[in-house]
Amino acid sequence: MTVPGASDPSGAPPEAMPVRGPALTRRLLAQPRAVLGLALLTGLFLLAFAGPHLARWDWQQTDFTALREPPSAEHWFGTTASGRDVFALTVRGLQKSLLIGLSVAVLSTGLAALVGMVAGYAGGWADRVLMGVTDLLLVLPAFLVLAVLGPTLGSAWPLLVPALAAFMWMVTARMVRQATISLKEREFVLAARCMGVSPARVLVRHLLPNLGSLLIIDGTLHVGAAVIAESGLSYFGFGVRPPDSSLGTVIAEGAAAATTFPWLFGFAAALLVLLVLAVNLVGDGLRDALDPTGGGGVR
Amino acid sequence: MAGFLVRRSLHGAVLVALAASLTYLLAASALRPRAHFEQRNPRPPAAVVDAELTALNLNDRTPLLRRYAVWAGGVLRGDFGRTLAGEPVAPELWRRALVSLRLLAVGTVLGAVLGVLAGAYAAARRHRPADRLITVGSFAVLSTPVFVLAVLLQLGAERINQITGVRIFEWAGEYTPGAAEGALGRLRHLVLPTLTVVLVQAAVFGRYQRHLMLDVLDADFVRTAMARGLTRRQALVRHGLRTALVPTATYFAYTFGFVLLGAMFTEKIFGWHGMGEWLIDSVHRGDVNAVAAVALLAAVLVLLAGAAADIAHAILDPRVRAGR
Repeated sequence: MTVPGASDPSGAPPEAMPVRGPALTRRLLAQPRAVLGLALLTGLFLLAFAGPHLARWDWQQTDFTALREPPSAEHWFGTTASGRDVFALTVRGLQKSLLIGLSVAVLSTGLAALVGMVAGYAGGWADRVLMGVTDLLLVLPAFLVLAVLGPTLGSAWPLLVPALAAFMWMVTARMVRQATISLKEREFVLAARCMGVSPARVLVRHLLPNLGSLLIIDGTLHVGAAVIAESGLSYFGFGVRPPDSSLGTVIAEGAAAATTFPWLFGFAAALLVLLVLAVNLVGDGLRDALDPTGGGGVR
Repeated sequence: MAGFLVRRSLHGAVLVALAASLTYLLAASALRPRAHFEQRNPRPPAAVVDAELTALNLNDRTPLLRRYAVWAGGVLRGDFGRTLAGEPVAPELWRRALVSLRLLAVGTVLGAVLGVLAGAYAAARRHRPADRLITVGSFAVLSTPVFVLAVLLQLGAERINQITGVRIFEWAGEYTPGAAEGALGRLRHLVLPTLTVVLVQAAVFGRYQRHLMLDVLDADFVRTAMARGLTRRQALVRHGLRTALVPTATYFAYTFGFVLLGAMFTEKIFGWHGMGEWLIDSVHRGDVNAVAAVALLAAVLVLLAGAAADIAHAILDPRVRAGR
């Protein structure tokens, strides 16, 4: 969380040549971390979207003959106090986490790119207004606003996507703006402008490719942040709410009895941690693969 | 310089006013305090509920802007209104803020210091087992949401209690009600929540410090220091770490907002009656005035932290001082 009036501590504009296409894939696959993360992500996707078709119980069904049963061949992750299948509930939550995480990341990064590039390139009044909005959103306590909106959002969980994205783009937008300001004085941008290329085209064709690595890295990190934010909101009853299921609600239900009935808590918690870990691993690998000036990792 | 400070403070004041007003308007239009009054048994007549709500400036039949005007007028005079129970908000806010401070003060500072040391050490031993261990550890903690981490710590503590047969750790509330346990008892209650805050803080700062430290490892001034006869360790600690600490000091202030958020989870899970718990319960109850007060305080704190970050930067980095 940055604060108005000061430069972002980590927001150095990417100066090196952007890495693209096959070269990027090769460098990414050369990082064991990124490969592990990608493999984990693939596994989680398979589990989330193929799992429901393999299991015998649906998330809406209740098995009155099995209340709080430990994991068995019938109920793979056991059952809850009301006889609902924990596997079905957890997998449904995992689906939501994946969908919400990815769409929030795409939306917030897109918004950050748009606001940051327009503010940095146009300057003047547009810059001042856009940065004013950015500062205001940074000062607004996001969790509080989302919690207050909770009852409205909880009724239809896809609404959580724009709501979460609305509070995640600001820091990236500031970084994009800084990078745009330094890029727009470079020769290739000046040349394009002299040849009469329209501002919109300059942004898309000349600036966007140079901001690519910054946006990709930040977008990846936003996936993990969005997943944690959604499950946190749901944990406290402000996001997805029962009877519908999210990893947050499953964990909240199971946390109180985690000692006596570990399966109510353990599976959902483990999947949540694995998901965020996988995304962070890919993000870290991407940072090293895309940004040769960065300090960490293989050089 | 003075002009800069005045402009900066004005900018901040406008931001706080806007943020607080927006939160109030949002809370006042989205929360339903009426439901809280109607739920009582026996169910009070509508006229009584209306009168009570009006007395608290919470009646949703009063136009939103009129309620806002009353609230804003009160805040300007230092009156934050009253809670649903009819108590004034301000004293409760300060009491709760102190509880949160007790929980956070030790944890954030200790966590940041540990994180900086671990990160700097990991960078100095780049790609060796110690570095890998620290990196894996911080990755694991960073990927674990606070509410999962807290439950895991509770499970571990319970296991230790069982094995030793003594209740070494306590995790419900700030103290055991009714028991005369003194300072030691409070300390036992403090261990787990503090550990939660320390772990998260250390993981964040460890990653950050490692990154910064890697940048100065091969810097010219570190090599010069070694050429002057300092050992690598001396050169890294006296010259490398000192330089790499500048952004961290700034970052410490920046992350204040996240610390507040994490505290909310930690308090709620460990049953501390602090600001975070109050906020969550107030939203559930529909207590508009309490929510708005917390939002106002949070906005002020985030801005003050930002100002502190700039001052710290100016003190630590000679280039910034020269630039002014």
